[in-house]
Amino acid sequence: MNTATALKDEAHTDVTWQPLCTKADLVAFSGVAAWLETAEGPAQVAIFYLPGLEQELYALEHRDPFSGANVIARGIVGDIKGDAVVASPIYKQHFRLKDGSCVEDDSVTLRTWPIRLDGEKIVIEA
Amino acid sequence: MNTPASPKQRLIIIGNGMVGHHLVEQLVEQGALERYQVTVFGEERHLAYDRVHLSEYFSGRDAESLALSTADYYAEHGIELRLNEAVFAIDRDVSEVVTDQDRYPYDRVVLATGSFPFVPPIPGNDREGCLVYRTLEDLDAIRAAAEHANTGVVVGGGLLGLEAANALRGLDLDTAVVEFAPRLMPMQVDSEGGELLREKIETLGVQVLTERATQRIEDGDTARHRMVFQDDKILETDLIVFSAGIRPRDELARDCGLEIGERGGVVIDDQCLTSDPQILAIGEVALWQQSIFGLVAPGYQMAKAALATLTDGETRFQGADMSTKLKLLGVDVGSIGDAHGNQNPGARNFRYLDQIKQEYRKLVVSSDGKKLLGAMLVGDNGYFDTLMQYYDNGLELPEDPASLILPSSEGAPALGPDALPETATICSCHNVTKGDICASLDAGAVDLATVKGDTKASSGCGGCAALLKSVVDHELTARGVEVDQSICEHFHYTRQELFDIVRIEGIKTFSELVEKHGHGLGCDICKPAVASILASCFNEPITDAAHIPLQDTNDTFMANMQKNGTYSVVPRIAGGEITPDKLVVLGQVAQKYDLYTKITGGQRIDLFGARLEDLPDIWGELIEAGFETGHAYGKSLRTVKSCVGSTWCRYGVQDSVGMAIRLENRYKGLRAPHKIKFGVSGCTRECAEAQSKDIGVIATEHGWNLYVCGNGGMRPRHAELFATDLSDEELFSTIDRFLMFYVRTADRLQRTSVWRENLEGGLDYLKEVILDDSLGLGDELERQMQTVIDNYQCEWANAISDPDKLKRFRSFVNDERPDPDIIMTSERGQLRPA
Repeated sequence: MNTATALKDEAHTDVTWQPLCTKADLVAFSGVAAWLETAEGPAQVAIFYLPGLEQELYALEHRDPFSGANVIARGIVGDIKGDAVVASPIYKQHFRLKDGSCVEDDSVTLRTWPIRLDGEKIVIEA
Repeated sequence: MNTPASPKQRLIIIGNGMVGHHLVEQLVEQGALERYQVTVFGEERHLAYDRVHLSEYFSGRDAESLALSTADYYAEHGIELRLNEAVFAIDRDVSEVVTDQDRYPYDRVVLATGSFPFVPPIPGNDREGCLVYRTLEDLDAIRAAAEHANTGVVVGGGLLGLEAANALRGLDLDTAVVEFAPRLMPMQVDSEGGELLREKIETLGVQVLTERATQRIEDGDTARHRMVFQDDKILETDLIVFSAGIRPRDELARDCGLEIGERGGVVIDDQCLTSDPQILAIGEVALWQQSIFGLVAPGYQMAKAALATLTDGETRFQGADMSTKLKLLGVDVGSIGDAHGNQNPGARNFRYLDQIKQEYRKLVVSSDGKKLLGAMLVGDNGYFDTLMQYYDNGLELPEDPASLILPSSEGAPALGPDALPETATICSCHNVTKGDICASLDAGAVDLATVKGDTKASSGCGGCAALLKSVVDHELTARGVEVDQSICEHFHYTRQELFDIVRIEGIKTFSELVEKHGHGLGCDICKPAVASILASCFNEPITDAAHIPLQDTNDTFMANMQKNGTYSVVPRIAGGEITPDKLVVLGQVAQKYDLYTKITGGQRIDLFGARLEDLPDIWGELIEAGFETGHAYGKSLRTVKSCVGSTWCRYGVQDSVGMAIRLENRYKGLRAPHKIKFGVSGCTRECAEAQSKDIGVIATEHGWNLYVCGNGGMRPRHAELFATDLSDEELFSTIDRFLMFYVRTADRLQRTSVWRENLEGGLDYLKEVILDDSLGLGDELERQMQTVIDNYQCEWANAISDPDKLKRFRSFVNDERPDPDIIMTSERGQLRPA
């Protein structure tokens, strides 16, 4: 849970960390999707779990901007030159987990959310 | 709109079609907006849209998805877009453009008003339900009229006419095409090609009437209209669409006194300048050297020349190649250069006509037989790209030019990468030439990925991927760069080397392999490749915890992902044989889960549109009824197609269905570098098309003939005869050895056909290894195959008995709801993605 994003919690008092799912819902070195309700409306979130790595949890937009389908959590996780990425299962573009940026197309970025482990719960800042 | 005292020149573009919009894009991309304040007028209410794919408007695409751009794009670049505002006049005396709303001063004008459909002057051509096919509004009108119609007629059998006919068919009308000339598409094909085209189109249920001149249209008896032809024959129909050619929209130019061609069109020079150098014209309104160009590509070239004129550039319009490659009503038609051979005195022809397969090909070559001047294709455009390379680049033809149009045989000369000149187009989607690829390599690119990134090559349809790779490999080798055969950045090994490591060291997981022999997390290249190797060696369920993160989504969820994130489900139907009871179950399951059903090419039934969370329930019911997984999602054995064989057929000499079922059950679940397809025919008539499969088996009086390494698809290849008159047992052991040798030695995603072509020593070597056991591997290969066979289990049966594995089949881990963004619509009585 010692993620860089989690530390922001102390710095900002107005953020809300809401529980999303549990650790048992995650699949190691892969992704699952979760439904997120926020003040701006609902969102579909892809959660990736890389146990044992410096940053273990990532939350990205589940929608693949190239196909419009909600499938990012179903992509293969890996790394390109050291950056952890997920490959869209539809047309195979890669998105960096840390910031959602697309490796093949600079103009495309997936939304990301701070996410961390709180006991057995997965909590997200939204 | 008349911004005060701008230092920029005022450029007005009249017309917002494909060509007008292309000019706007060119202005933006080439930085011309620093010099020009641009205003665009469009008469239609829609922003520029893709007219080339207009017929898709009836097959589900809406105006928005056909649009080439957005209002935001124009706004973002400070371009004033005035849609739904028709220009009435150009007042050259004061340099102003006049609309019904205002007068707009200009420094330069570009006319991109396009064309309008020509409606022949036939009495009755203005009756209600007599329409044209050009704009989205026209299509709306056709759709509205079709609601109360059963029949439709298209007047005009050219390219656009056949497009329109396809649209009418799509609206479920009984459709006929009426053409004045003696054949369809007279511009593109000759009489033999036209005759074949007619046969093919009539097979689709479209009536074709040629040499018919409509005299008048009047009230009909059985339908709304009656068309009366020159010989007093009649045709009754509810709806008529005129598509008898185009005419340039040159009235603005005419009215303001610009030079106009005798048969219409605004006369332009190589700079796209009209007779008034303040005014340019591009696209279908423009007449260059007595020609109107009715295709989009020349229009784009004119836009580039116009841009050069506006920005003091060098590019000139120098005419355009009218070669076309089309699929009309599902029929391939291709035309290259001087296809009729009437522009080059002394030209010689080669022709190939197959009335069974309905294919026609013609080459027009120079009198010495060395250069390709033109070509014509009906029925199979697979020959187009190679011919286009010869034509475009002026390559010297092979000694026997006929080999270029004969059905692919052993000796058909393929164009190797070194035979291509620098100007050869490799990727036609992004117009990338071999020279561009070399430039990328000269600028420091050392691998395929960098070349792709630099040039965008192969990022469109992807059809050029293999050609691109061979060009890049060839050029790298030529530059003395050792081509790195590593599978990806995480392993410095080829797939074959990784396979040997796994097999010899007995490594059973990806994490162990990457720890001992690689580095990093892996990626979407090496993970599925290693997953496949592990499965080929040990055949553990792919959904086991250690293997699941390695799989492509299709393997993860054991179904085939479709474009909207739903899946298709294909149960195994071994040999294509299915009981009525099981057929009923498939229907019931499809009804219950709202699935679209389609028969596959491999004699199975594909159920589309399954939601992720429904997959386990669907499979529960299928397994209950006795089905098992069909591995349609895997790089593995797919199907064994069979003809009905000696059991029923008068000609059959062996039980092909029985053999197909035994083969399918023997090799089902075998994971391989790529998918594997089989075919078994019960006699030499070959109804199962076994010679187009990876493994083809054809019955003889004495046993079975085995063919290997065939392929259909993008690069068809006939399988080669490998062994003759085998007994059942000999057949199994030979295929065991052959398949396992392929699994061990092929590259990732390499079909048997490509593997065979790259195999040093070719077929003879393969025969030595498999039949003569020259490497002494035979027993080992057979044992290895036996391990795979012994460890087979239905992956779906395995998954639904394991609650942990089923957890994965949820759209959301924290919510029961299905994905609300999956929206379906109905078409021909079934659901499809909206």
